Amino acid sequence: MKAFKKHTGLVAPLNRANVDTDQIIPKQFLKRIERTGFGEFLFYDWRSDPAFVLNESRYKGASILVAGKNFGCGSSREHAPWALGEFGFRAIVAPSFADIFANNCFKNGMLPITLTTEQVGEIMSRARRYEGYELTVDLERQTVEDSRGLSILFVVSEFQRYCLLEGLDDIGLTLRHEALIREYEVNHQ
Amino acid sequence: MPTLFDKLWQSHVVREARGEPTLLYIDLHLIHEVTSPQAFDGLRQAGRKVRRPDLTFGTVDHNVPTTDRSLPIADATAANQVETLRRNCNEFGVQLYDINSPEQGIVHVIGPELGLTRPGMTIVCGDSHTSTHGAFGALAFGIGTSEVEHVLATQCLPQNKPLTMKVETRGTLPEGVTAKDLALGIIGKIGTDGATGCVIEYAGDAVRALSMEGRMTLCNMSIEAGARAGMIAPDETTFAYLQGRRFSSEGDVNYWKTLHSDTDAKFDRTVEIDASQLEPFVTWGTSPGMVVPVTSYVPDPADEAAERALEYMALKPRTQIQEIAIDRAFIGSCTNARIEDLRAAARVVKGYRINSLVSAMVVPGSQEVKRAAEREGLDRIFHEAGFEWREAGCSMCLGMNADVLQPGERCASTSNRNFEGRQGRGGRTHLVSPMMAAAAAIKGHFTDVREWDFK
Repeated sequence: MKAFKKHTGLVAPLNRANVDTDQIIPKQFLKRIERTGFGEFLFYDWRSDPAFVLNESRYKGASILVAGKNFGCGSSREHAPWALGEFGFRAIVAPSFADIFANNCFKNGMLPITLTTEQVGEIMSRARRYEGYELTVDLERQTVEDSRGLSILFVVSEFQRYCLLEGLDDIGLTLRHEALIREYEVNHQ
Repeated sequence: MPTLFDKLWQSHVVREARGEPTLLYIDLHLIHEVTSPQAFDGLRQAGRKVRRPDLTFGTVDHNVPTTDRSLPIADATAANQVETLRRNCNEFGVQLYDINSPEQGIVHVIGPELGLTRPGMTIVCGDSHTSTHGAFGALAFGIGTSEVEHVLATQCLPQNKPLTMKVETRGTLPEGVTAKDLALGIIGKIGTDGATGCVIEYAGDAVRALSMEGRMTLCNMSIEAGARAGMIAPDETTFAYLQGRRFSSEGDVNYWKTLHSDTDAKFDRTVEIDASQLEPFVTWGTSPGMVVPVTSYVPDPADEAAERALEYMALKPRTQIQEIAIDRAFIGSCTNARIEDLRAAARVVKGYRINSLVSAMVVPGSQEVKRAAEREGLDRIFHEAGFEWREAGCSMCLGMNADVLQPGERCASTSNRNFEGRQGRGGRTHLVSPMMAAAAAIKGHFTDVREWDFK
């Protein structure tokens, strides 16, 4: 799995709450049997509107998405972070995330960062106000910073942070405990 | 003083270590064609096998046509995905209830039907409505494709323990107010992120009075409140349902009887609902939380999201719900396509014809449900009324197959999500109970089914 240590990138502000997985990647694109090929269909319906934020040339190449609360609600489809990742996003900042979506992000080397509503609001406003606005996300130090004095500490589960920093393969980790799995199976025959 | 959830969690711990997620054993892994291909690929690439093919069961549901299944699937990508599941199950030794198998159906309908779903189990599937199985007193939740691969390879899943929420229901659901309305009422009250980070235990008189199918509807919708899972302690209703099902002799009733929260168990959060005050609900917006009773009206938009929703749904504030005309009616989905749902809808429909401006369909949740409905003559009732009677699958719940709404079409749907474009690009979804969908199809607009003139 792709590791995440530190990333600096252009910020795209998606000022909507409850962005659901049907918007992130509509179902007609779930028919693929590969893990790739979803990026071009990210926010497919919303992007058909020329005024949609990700269509603005100033946000082209953005790798950090900032959005409203309950981001990724709805389906368990991992195609959602696949699409976001392939499109170019490496981190998502929001006041809250849906559980399954957030979990799926970690499995794909993508970092969901939970900040307060006020902090998210401030970042969105800076992203609109300043052309080429960038954030630096440092998973080691657990900080989100910009070049204009913004410096925020974020909370992330110790274990998920560790796995993401090291790019660890989940399945490999579990299989280290093969003896315990077998013991459980024997005891629950 | 453990809760039901604590008991389920504790009894499945393979390994616990400070600062790490707990490794849980998975008793039942259900798979379908959409979220499994990449998982099997991963196994192949790593040279791994499915650890417990005997605990893994597959079906095809999301992508399959609900029309003549003797014909090949017209959509080449969908056909490929279905064929891929077939190949994978064959290669890895997994039981597949394929498109022409008598057991085929929506994964969350066939699991309980076959007695695969039982109290005390941990159950996962690459689908968010896996919470459905919690109705049996199981810990059941949706997972992503990477986790599907994880379970295939190890039969375990690392999990951080969620918080607990008790939804305590008082009183009795009035006539015409169903489990679906109870679910919508709860989501309307706590919001679509009201239970994020929690597993919900549904308790109280109204829940106890629900049949197993009603309990499945309720647990199914847990994800729409943001919950990790939803569950109901098993009781005699549960044990009676499980009697004689194909796989249920593998369970132990004496153990099942211990599966309830202790009397003084503490929950992290509690929500109280007065079931006797609930009404039939209709969603008006683009999220299940945007919901009002059928006797009410489209609210004034409280924020930008609501404004967007009203614009997308082409609804004006203060419009009476009962004045909203529909184009389509869909009775189906893992939420509401079991035999009792079809009986309830048929009772409304009997003796009537659908409105001339409406096109309506019934998609049974499984081929078994379809056969049962045909034995009872429900298909004839729906046919005579002008409904299309289809083969089993997810169908228009998410429109991955040909069953989609055209842009602008307004649908009374018994499914679980009304997100923008969910049932078809530009499609307008209103979530309701089966009786309410049936009544709307007849009248051509939403109507209070409590006043229905049953023939």
